[in-house]
Amino acid sequence: MARAVTTPRKALNTAIAWTIGILIFFPILWTVLTSFKTEAEAIANPPVFLFFDWTLENYGVVQERSNYMRFLWNSVIIAGGSTILGIIIAVPAAWSMAFVPSKRTKDILLWMLSTKMLPAVGVLYPIYLLCIELGVLDNRYALVVILMLINLPIIVWMLYTYFREIPGEILEAARMDGASLKDELLYVLTPMAVPGIASTLLLNFILAWNEAFWTLNLTSVDAAPLTAFIASYSSPEGLFFAKLSAASTMAIAPILILGWFSQKQLVRGLTFGAVK
Amino acid sequence: MATQSSRSAARIMMAPAVFLLLVWMLVPLSLTLILSFKRFLPLRGDRIGERGDGFGDFLLDYITGFPTLDWVGFQNFASFASSGAFADAVVTTLVIVGGVLAVSVIFGILLAMLLDQPMWGQGVVRILVIAPFFVMPTVSALVWKNMFMDPTNGLFSHLWRAFGADPVVWLSDVPMFSLILIISWQWLPFATLILLTAFQSLDSEQLEAAEMDGAGPFARFFFIALPHLSRAITIVILIQTIFLLAVFAEIFVTTGGAFGTRTLTYLIYQRVLESQNIGLGSAGGVYAIILANIVAIFLMRIVGKNLDR
Repeated sequence: MARAVTTPRKALNTAIAWTIGILIFFPILWTVLTSFKTEAEAIANPPVFLFFDWTLENYGVVQERSNYMRFLWNSVIIAGGSTILGIIIAVPAAWSMAFVPSKRTKDILLWMLSTKMLPAVGVLYPIYLLCIELGVLDNRYALVVILMLINLPIIVWMLYTYFREIPGEILEAARMDGASLKDELLYVLTPMAVPGIASTLLLNFILAWNEAFWTLNLTSVDAAPLTAFIASYSSPEGLFFAKLSAASTMAIAPILILGWFSQKQLVRGLTFGAVK
Repeated sequence: MATQSSRSAARIMMAPAVFLLLVWMLVPLSLTLILSFKRFLPLRGDRIGERGDGFGDFLLDYITGFPTLDWVGFQNFASFASSGAFADAVVTTLVIVGGVLAVSVIFGILLAMLLDQPMWGQGVVRILVIAPFFVMPTVSALVWKNMFMDPTNGLFSHLWRAFGADPVVWLSDVPMFSLILIISWQWLPFATLILLTAFQSLDSEQLEAAEMDGAGPFARFFFIALPHLSRAITIVILIQTIFLLAVFAEIFVTTGGAFGTRTLTYLIYQRVLESQNIGLGSAGGVYAIILANIVAIFLMRIVGKNLDR
């Protein structure tokens, strides 16, 4: 809505919006700032905001004491692996549903969505039991598969809504000009599909990175990703605010950055195309 | 035009995704269902099979309905539903879901309206507002719990003392309020983002026409903006309800289900993994699945309608 407004009005809007924005963002800002303080400064009363002796010490301590890199690597494998695997399985499915729709396409899509609504806790024991029986409890590849299955409906849906926007006439035009099926796929469809696949990849990586039910319940030592690592700070280590902040900052920083790129896709992906 | 061969190719391309999701749905669901009719207390020596330890043996036990476990009929369902813990958990769940929904929808609308106004640095404010959604649940719960709500060193306790008040022990004195605050902080951005998207598709000419016809700001909000937003609001409510019913990590790292914050999800988790009463927990799981499905049906209707366009 590009309506003309007076400058004072615009200034007022700006002031209110920035105040609220900073208030909402404050816990994150405070965490990042605290991660650069000493433990004494972190709990100082009155709190110190910017004028303290900035130090990187906490980051070193967190890595040294808990081998932070191992948890980070587990997160990367689990989130990255499940997303890529999901995309590989979902692309052909979404592709065929978008370009060769049948009477049942809609039913299949809705059914896939319904599997996403299954409450995880309702199948907690069965999955736990299967992991034990298969000998894959606390195994990161098991989590790759489980998180892939959890996000597969969202991946299929997102890809489907993107693919459906590729006009079919373009294919016919290419065919008329003598393009083979291979040419068609390689030079016409793929370039048009890449942005959709990229944003699906991004959003699902974020969702898998932050997933905190299966990663907490199915891991203990070997496969624990960052979600579980941070949860281990819940007592009494968590009372060392500066170290807690350093660990938290490292866990959320990559995702915050990725997240800012994916705002638009977030709406589409999480509302299953119902709000654009 | 889709030919016969392209149709069968399409079926083959769809097969892996459909097959995997079918297995993913049916196997755990059937296991939960079977176990909910069984007495299964591993800590008291109940075992699934006596044939051996291989996965093949497990499959055989599964197919034959775990003959080593006693069939108890609907006893698990009855005792789960009649326990005081269940009633409390249902109330807790409803309060948390309802509280977070109220906060995120009401403030989400206000925030979306604000962000839709002309201002300087709109993009930056949007980023600030949306950021909490990307913070992993264990981090946000722990940061709030320790750095803000800790009664000795938390920021709130400093603030309270600065005004000469006694610090509040947030998570035990007002546990529900605290949890709703933490979870709302995570979900308000989601609601705001979706409602903002909906606001931006609002026809400004329509609003201007109404303004010229003498409609005040409240009339414009209630008769034009709100009806336009109704679908987005419905979707926010349904999607959030599904995620909120499943809230786990936030409770796991803050109260651990103490101080009356045990939701249905958390109660089932405790029955299954902490006290290892699998039959009882599975019956609870079936209740949770039914509850989620009631919400899901409404969401699917809306999404389905949208597909037809």
